[in-house]
Amino acid sequence: MTDDTASAPAPRHGAAIPHVLPPSVLLGAAVALFALTALTVVASRLDLGQANVVVALAIACLKASVVALVFMHLAWENRFQLVVLVISALFAVLLVGFVVFDTTQYQPDLRAKEAQLRGKGR
Amino acid sequence: MTTIAGTAPALAAGESYLEHGHGLRSWLLTLDHKRIGIMYLAAITGALLLGGVFALVLRLNLWRPAGGLVSNDVYNKLFTLHGAVMVFLFVIPGIPAALGNFVLPLQLGAKDLAFPRVNLISWWLYMTGAALFVATLVSGGIDSGWTLYPPYSLEESRGLGILLALSALFVVGFSSILTGLNFIATIHTMRPRGMGWFDLPLFLWALYATGIIQIIATPVLGITAAMGFLERLFHLGIFMPEYGGDPVLFQHFFWFYSHPAVYIMILPAMGIVSEVVSVFSRKPIFGYRFIAMSSIAIAVIGFFVWGHHMFVSGQSRWASLVFSFLTFLVAVPSAIKTFNWLATLYKGAIDLKTPMIYVLAFFAIFGVGGLTGLFLGALATDVALHDTYFVVAHFHFVMVGAELTAFLAGLHYWWPKMTGRMYGETSGRVSAVLVFLGFHLTFVPQFLAGVAGMPRRYATYAPAFQANNRLSTVGAFVLALGLVVALAGLVVSLFRGQRAPANPWGAASLEWTTPSPPAHDNFAETPRGNKPYDFTGLRLVSEDAGWVRAAGEGRG
Amino acid sequence: MTAPGTDRAGATMPAEDRPRFLAIQFDSMGAQAATGKLGIWLFLGSEILFFGGLFTAYGVYRANHHELFRYARHFLDWRLGALNTVVLVSSSLSAAWSVRCAQLGQRRGLHATLLATFALAGVFMAVKVVEYSHKLHNGVGWGASCHPSEEILATLPAAVRALPAPEHLGTFFSVYYLMTGLHGLHVLVGMGLYLWLLGRAHRGDFGPGYYGPVDTVALYWHLVDMIWIFLFPLFYLM
Repeated sequence: MTDDTASAPAPRHGAAIPHVLPPSVLLGAAVALFALTALTVVASRLDLGQANVVVALAIACLKASVVALVFMHLAWENRFQLVVLVISALFAVLLVGFVVFDTTQYQPDLRAKEAQLRGKGR
Repeated sequence: MTTIAGTAPALAAGESYLEHGHGLRSWLLTLDHKRIGIMYLAAITGALLLGGVFALVLRLNLWRPAGGLVSNDVYNKLFTLHGAVMVFLFVIPGIPAALGNFVLPLQLGAKDLAFPRVNLISWWLYMTGAALFVATLVSGGIDSGWTLYPPYSLEESRGLGILLALSALFVVGFSSILTGLNFIATIHTMRPRGMGWFDLPLFLWALYATGIIQIIATPVLGITAAMGFLERLFHLGIFMPEYGGDPVLFQHFFWFYSHPAVYIMILPAMGIVSEVVSVFSRKPIFGYRFIAMSSIAIAVIGFFVWGHHMFVSGQSRWASLVFSFLTFLVAVPSAIKTFNWLATLYKGAIDLKTPMIYVLAFFAIFGVGGLTGLFLGALATDVALHDTYFVVAHFHFVMVGAELTAFLAGLHYWWPKMTGRMYGETSGRVSAVLVFLGFHLTFVPQFLAGVAGMPRRYATYAPAFQANNRLSTVGAFVLALGLVVALAGLVVSLFRGQRAPANPWGAASLEWTTPSPPAHDNFAETPRGNKPYDFTGLRLVSEDAGWVRAAGEGRG
Repeated sequence: MTAPGTDRAGATMPAEDRPRFLAIQFDSMGAQAATGKLGIWLFLGSEILFFGGLFTAYGVYRANHHELFRYARHFLDWRLGALNTVVLVSSSLSAAWSVRCAQLGQRRGLHATLLATFALAGVFMAVKVVEYSHKLHNGVGWGASCHPSEEILATLPAAVRALPAPEHLGTFFSVYYLMTGLHGLHVLVGMGLYLWLLGRAHRGDFGPGYYGPVDTVALYWHLVDMIWIFLFPLFYLM
């Protein structure tokens, strides 16, 4: 693990010459992730009310981006793979966002039903 | 002056994919996409017959307002399993698995899909899921409707059949995800030189769009099935209100998948329609790019409308408004496609072979089916029509009428390629007419019964609905007869059908350059891509030799 | 997507010249690698939606039962969560490094990094076992089986203990066990995959000309890490 070169020995049979991640990049990403982990723990200790969740998610997204772009190599890959990741994430956000929104709107009906059923006792 | 140059060389005896390897293991452990497609075809035909028998029993029970053919409890179980088997084992996998698997690599000039082992795993997952559905049936069945809504479906008094059904859903879901993944990877990266994105046959655009839905939507079904399974066993309190759960949440999860799922059903069908309408009008498809882009648009917009199944379930008013509006929007790309298909027919040289008759039936049926969806998408009318036979008729128009006719069109269209035999044109045409007539006789009265107020999922009904129900029952048997004639005709052709040439229809996409049936590895050399709707230079030499392109013409 | 200088008519390549791990449907190793990569990314996309359903359940209960999370998160030890985060990030590092080793033909490095990833995953699971067993021994099950013992209640901060036990405590733990459990299952599968890679690396299958499986499994592993990156703050810190 001594050499820092970004090129590999000449591959055979028409394989593309891969982009090799140098140790500095790999270690740098890991350090960034450790630092952000510490940051999220510290941030959670501050009482920011509702903003705590937002801050935590923002830091998590930052960490996930480091993993995706560096470890998963997306910064150097064919753009379509990034598209796959982003589109999946967007649809997941659609699912979470819209469903959570709708549930907050019909809570009174749900609580009433729940109270009625629990009141029947089990 | 035509030459025989460009005809695919006939294979020597014993060289086709059907003869490459003998015995059960060479089929059950095959990596050949063509064999996997045939195995899927056999399996989904079985599913169609099973679901169909359930339907006939239901319709017979509905002959009398007071029912009585089967007990009400058995009736409930029958409509539940009719729905589940048809949706998950026939309509959703149907065209992609049985026809797509076979045709996709051939249309790309490829030797196989990107991931043949994953393809085989998909098939085995499908079969496992099918076995789990049969186990559900055998263990006493479930009676909650195929939509499996809690709290009813997860109540202890309902028994343990629900666990088998949810397991089946989970397993069959992964089969679907892997198929979609395979198709997208193949179409995206294995196009031959000369075949850019806008040189793809429209069937492949359809399968690509379908794959997007399969990958994004199906996992949500999977996790929902898993949560339901655990809720039933351990009272997790996620869906059951008496344990602190939220039953409407289940509906959100369920429909987030199941609405896009209907586009998994219809997009490949539309792909087939594009192929057949062009070939049998001897005209390039009108508005190729619009149809291609509409496929993607349907796939994407289809994810934004799931709440239109939940207008009366307790969903909030704001959500319902948004979903209603978007539901109207999703109709637009379908309409664009329909107008493009009709424009293809205009001034075309229409050849009324069996696939084309099925496709013409499709236009009529899909038009009505799609339009009736709009009544259900409008909030005020949906409140009246929800859970009535209007809904049942609407979705049967699109799922049976449209998807099944397109499936039969595609099956007849590619039959010569798959089997090396021509099906009998007479029985094919008779079956198409019987299916068309029987279908309408079955489902038009159901629209009327629904508007008159007959609820769905009822084993007995008020005498005022008797006439419509009886017409529908008669229609069901005519439809069944049509399907039997189609099936019988195809099976007979395996033994008595004329040997098929490489290109019996004069089509221009790459699968028609291979022998019928193709060799095990499809192409000795990767062909150059061509324009799939460019029919210039194609001449019918004879019935035996089929269509041949004069050398040097129409190489796109 | 084929590499420059590739023989496009792959089928005419004599069998002896065909690379050992080149499948019949591809004309070159480059094409095979590129397609394989897209395949795994599509699968990861489906995994995001698979977990997405569970994140939705989390969001629904969090949004509608604020008091539940304020109370219940004290049952979780944030230090063990943070430890597992460090472990998993380290394993992502070793996984990414293993790809580098394969690309450079460094057999010893490949073996070491594959082993490290496997071992770190094992540490993660061990910590998980500790967490789960502590809870389960103290009656903290999921759903209707959530009956915290006096011992575990005594470990809560005084201010929290003073609050009434929320009605939906069982649901909180259902979501907790579902999400961390499904994630743990993915870790176990990953361990199996790394064991398989170790076997193949030992046989000398991988090198600069062919390292697809190392790359593919590493991508899967990074997704497992990414999911934990979200789970940690959402359960242990909020």
